[in-house]
Amino acid sequence: MPAAIRLRSAVALLGRFPALAGVDLDVAAGEVVLLEGPNGAGKTTLLRTCAGLLPIASGIAEVLGNDLSRDRRGVRRRVGLLGHAGFLYDDLTVEDNVRFAVRAAGAPRDRIGPAIERLGLDGRLRGVTASRLSAGQRRRTALAALVGRWPELWLLDEPHAGLDAAARDIVDGLVAEASTGGVTVLLASHEVDRAAALAGRAVHLAGGHVVAEPAGPSRGDGAGSREPAHVA
Amino acid sequence: MWRDAALVAGKDLRIEARSRVATNQVAPFALMVLVLFAFALDPDRGVLRRAAPGLFWVAVLFSALLAIQRSFALESADGARDGLRLSGLDPAGIFLGKLGAVAAEVLALQVVLAAGVAVMFEARLHGIVLLATTCLVATAGLAAAGTIYGALAAGLRVRETLLPLLLLPVVAPVLLGATRAWEAALGLGIDDGWRWVQLLAVFAVLYLTFGVLAFGPLLEES
Repeated sequence: MPAAIRLRSAVALLGRFPALAGVDLDVAAGEVVLLEGPNGAGKTTLLRTCAGLLPIASGIAEVLGNDLSRDRRGVRRRVGLLGHAGFLYDDLTVEDNVRFAVRAAGAPRDRIGPAIERLGLDGRLRGVTASRLSAGQRRRTALAALVGRWPELWLLDEPHAGLDAAARDIVDGLVAEASTGGVTVLLASHEVDRAAALAGRAVHLAGGHVVAEPAGPSRGDGAGSREPAHVA
Repeated sequence: MWRDAALVAGKDLRIEARSRVATNQVAPFALMVLVLFAFALDPDRGVLRRAAPGLFWVAVLFSALLAIQRSFALESADGARDGLRLSGLDPAGIFLGKLGAVAAEVLALQVVLAAGVAVMFEARLHGIVLLATTCLVATAGLAAAGTIYGALAAGLRVRETLLPLLLLPVVAPVLLGATRAWEAALGLGIDDGWRWVQLLAVFAVLYLTFGVLAFGPLLEES
């Protein structure tokens, strides 16, 4: 399997602070990997770096074959980031927000409706502006935009946060389906038990470093467990 | 690039159509500026009529500032700016799209303001071709420079106060050129209005070119 993500001594700065202080990580295409670690460990920074939002100060960072030290823009259309922010426009409706994300990514328009329905946002909610949505509904809308785009690499930062039980099950189903379809998923979560069931392996971050990674087979029985984990 | 520009402009204009900030806040503000000028200069209708072109363009400038600030405020909520960067849209397309939406709003405001000037200042709007061309070219320059400086200021905490400080000196040539061209069109000046339109066109082309080339780094670094 080719590597979807390959980091070698990757350093990323937030201001002058090295939020990633020399990370080594390999993630194979189609793999589901859980990022664990305490607050401030560098999980969000790692996801944003892989999305091409943060520059690499030193080291090697290749995502989907793109060298991020040379070109961060090239990878962006091929990755989807579900972060703490939903990237939603308050004055656009659910459907408008999903449509803009899908069309901007150059994805087929016929994915818009099914993505909205998949996240349970069809019917009355479809025409509601984002400013009137609850936090959970906003999260669902951001997920619908991701599903509509269906990028090659999903970077999920606390994907279960703020969601009810039904929506959490939808997230789990989506991750499994994406992985089955060859999508690579890197997710950060404090809900370790739930996320570990989805992931083929876990990577532990602390102080901007990968400090430990369980060796051997999968921790969970999720879709990602089919692929052997490459430990950097 | 053009597809991306149309997508971004459509998104911004749809947001304005839903939020009605331009119609409910910016347009009344622009008219209020004209009314205040009318109150201040009312004793002498002749002065008001002679000053109409300059007052019109000052009101346009203030309104454009609000439209530009609003355009970038949209991108500061809920990480939308990161979303725009992640979308994979061509930065030149984003620049042209945001510029196009701002220009459309400012042109619509100019129609309202022109009516206000005609009614309140008793200015007779003849020389329509020169007036309209001046509006189009000056608006292109204003929107281009505004979009560049709007992006520059957008990442800063003091953007609301910084943008006017950065932008107003830069667009002084637009204020000067557009006012002189309007004076010529209204028969209030002795200059050739079209020469001022040429100056405005040079300004617009310079900022359009700079924006298309530099908006990517601006979006990344600011």
